[in-house]
Amino acid sequence: MLSFEPSEEQAMVKETIAGFATDQMDPASREMDEACAVSTDLVKTGWELEIISSCVPEEYGGFGEGPSALTGAIAYEELAYGDLSTALHICSPTMMAYTVLMYGTEEQKQQLLPVACGDEFKAAAAALVEPKFAFCPSKLSTTAKHEGEEYVLKGSKCLVPLAADSDNLLVFAATEPGAGFAGVQAFVVPKGAENLVIGEEPEKNMGLKALKTYEVTLNNVKVPLAAKVGGQAGIDYLELISRSRLALAAMAIGTMKRAAEHSRDYAKERIAFGDPIGSRQAIAFMIAEMFMETDATRMLVWEAAWKADRGEEFANDAAIAKNYAAEKCMKVCDGALQVMGGHGYVRDNMPELWFRNARAFSALEGMIMV
Amino acid sequence: MTIDFELSPKIKGTQNMLRMFAEQAVRPQARKYDEEEHEKPWDLLNMVHGFMKGGVGGSMSGGDTKAEGGEKKRSERQLTTAVTVEEIFWGDAGIALAFPGQGLGGAAVQATGSPEQKEQFLARFSGEKPVWGAMAITEPEAGSDTANLKTTAVKDGNEWILNGEKIFVTSGKSALEDSEGFVVVWATVDAKAGRAGIKPFIVEHGTPGMTIAKVEDKMGIRCSDTVTLAFMDCRIPEANILGSAEVIDPKKAGEKGFKGVMATFDATRPMVAAMAIGVGRAALDYVKQAMADEGVEVRYAISPSNMTAIERDITEMEANLRAARLLTWRAVWMLDGGVRNSLEASMAKAKAGLAVTQITQKCVELLGPLGYSRKVLLEKWMRDAKINDIFEGTGQIQMLITARNVLGFGRDKLK
Repeated sequence: MLSFEPSEEQAMVKETIAGFATDQMDPASREMDEACAVSTDLVKTGWELEIISSCVPEEYGGFGEGPSALTGAIAYEELAYGDLSTALHICSPTMMAYTVLMYGTEEQKQQLLPVACGDEFKAAAAALVEPKFAFCPSKLSTTAKHEGEEYVLKGSKCLVPLAADSDNLLVFAATEPGAGFAGVQAFVVPKGAENLVIGEEPEKNMGLKALKTYEVTLNNVKVPLAAKVGGQAGIDYLELISRSRLALAAMAIGTMKRAAEHSRDYAKERIAFGDPIGSRQAIAFMIAEMFMETDATRMLVWEAAWKADRGEEFANDAAIAKNYAAEKCMKVCDGALQVMGGHGYVRDNMPELWFRNARAFSALEGMIMV
Repeated sequence: MTIDFELSPKIKGTQNMLRMFAEQAVRPQARKYDEEEHEKPWDLLNMVHGFMKGGVGGSMSGGDTKAEGGEKKRSERQLTTAVTVEEIFWGDAGIALAFPGQGLGGAAVQATGSPEQKEQFLARFSGEKPVWGAMAITEPEAGSDTANLKTTAVKDGNEWILNGEKIFVTSGKSALEDSEGFVVVWATVDAKAGRAGIKPFIVEHGTPGMTIAKVEDKMGIRCSDTVTLAFMDCRIPEANILGSAEVIDPKKAGEKGFKGVMATFDATRPMVAAMAIGVGRAALDYVKQAMADEGVEVRYAISPSNMTAIERDITEMEANLRAARLLTWRAVWMLDGGVRNSLEASMAKAKAGLAVTQITQKCVELLGPLGYSRKVLLEKWMRDAKINDIFEGTGQIQMLITARNVLGFGRDKLK
């Protein structure tokens, strides 16, 4: 029966995270962006929200029953409302954790999940995006060749979060180039692997400045057969990508919501020609659209996540939701900057930061998961 | 409670039945009654009246929860109506708008009438023959600006005398000439009182002093009649006023004042959104089928930078249509739960009106000469869709209402 009301558990998750995001993340957002580093205190507190361990079963160190895409989407929206870089940082181990949880062999689960459920944040990066024109996750240039008792990985990756701090990287590579989503598998590559080169310095991106991302080059990196997630059966890459898209889209909603609320509050206070600027339709309509599109995006994400949790086909829905979210997030953050005029352009105020962050969503794939 | 996008089995059953009905009984007549403007598909309308007895407008009153076995059971009335509307409008918007039933006029009686008035005026909708109800607000000089209405109602003994002109009255001819219906006319009892002086009055078909001055020729929804009504010393019984005749200071009036009465129409805005969505879905379904026939696949899951222009168009249209539908469903879901939904209702209509206007235009473009040809219904849907961005408040008015709600500004602060 149709309902838009989150469960009690979801409402609790939402409230808890919203408090953290509003009281702690949001006020620190500017400083972290300028410093090009997230606050370790915030990561620590954020980690204590137990986003991953609440999804991992007890036998692997958690206390949950597998990730819910819908609950995840609700949680990620709230986190990103506070600060996108920190939210991505805290959630970056989900890609490794959930991939292994969903498809890993028993051995892989035992090896990797308890670490992901530890008391302290432990980086575990996923390397998926590649630095090339018109990148598409269905057409990876990075390849994994089966040679005897090994896989040989070759290719370049970028936007790999926290690669330098991760003991293991989850590398996505084409085992059957040209086969689209069906031809991609995931490999657990230890940081010390020979011929694995992690950029010496973090990448310098337009936004997400507080999130340390790296270029990663694989010059014929050899890993044992057991490094392939899921062994013979492997992974359902399209499902992972789709869950990742929902996670990213959810964070786009949080970003939009923050920007829309900021514009609303500013437009009620700022006086021009004797009235608050929000009393002029040119501004008021922009703000109305920001709220409308934030809600519209949330509806699309929730519906796709709901399908995912029911085990229905949801890849197309997730793609539609993510593309919509990326576009609208950019538009809303552009509006938030524009509403402030010159004040939105200077770094004393937040909109320029959200504007730079918003563009990331069209480039990001596979960094986080629900 | 938990988030759930699945319709109840009951609504799904209704949806399936209506989908078949729209495809088999409504759609095949769409072109004919577009070409033959001002004619009615009487066979179909009689049939519809036979099994709906009251029409798709349904009841517009707020949500109710009734106790059943100790558990509160949510009403699904508004949701059922929204789903119904989408399906029928998928069949054809013009014909759907011409369906008999109480319409907005009946909705006003439902919402504000006394038990006696409901009995007196609404019983006819479940009679033998189809009957229409209509509502007259707009005037040549005032549309959404209702405070500026000029039509007057003057008390004379035990009668009200109406004078003025009303335009864009949907189904006015159906209600007053083609059936024994009525029209609810909004007129001022005190021109100085602004909005507070405006009251709804029921005028029966055949009342002397009321004439249909004009039947509009329109770009779309041509099966549905839209008329101008002239009132010249039109006398109606004293009891035909809906609600109180007293002019109450709007600040003290609360739910009984004009604002309260208009709020009951929060229910109709999502229904207009649902109408739009039905038309948009018709166009998008058609284009997707045409693409499939040509063996053109839409690769939803690839990155947008890898998509063809058409793939991007299709995925964007789907996103907009779905988002509009979900916003609409959310608005009616709130109403069914008895929750005030003014913001969500206006958001839904603003999103749907704009989305569907754009979708139908894009679909005509994608089909090229076929899209433009009157052999195919696409061009009709483009003409029909546009009305959803206009009636019951234009898209701009919806944005204004949305903005006022978001900013917490009244009409004095945000003009």
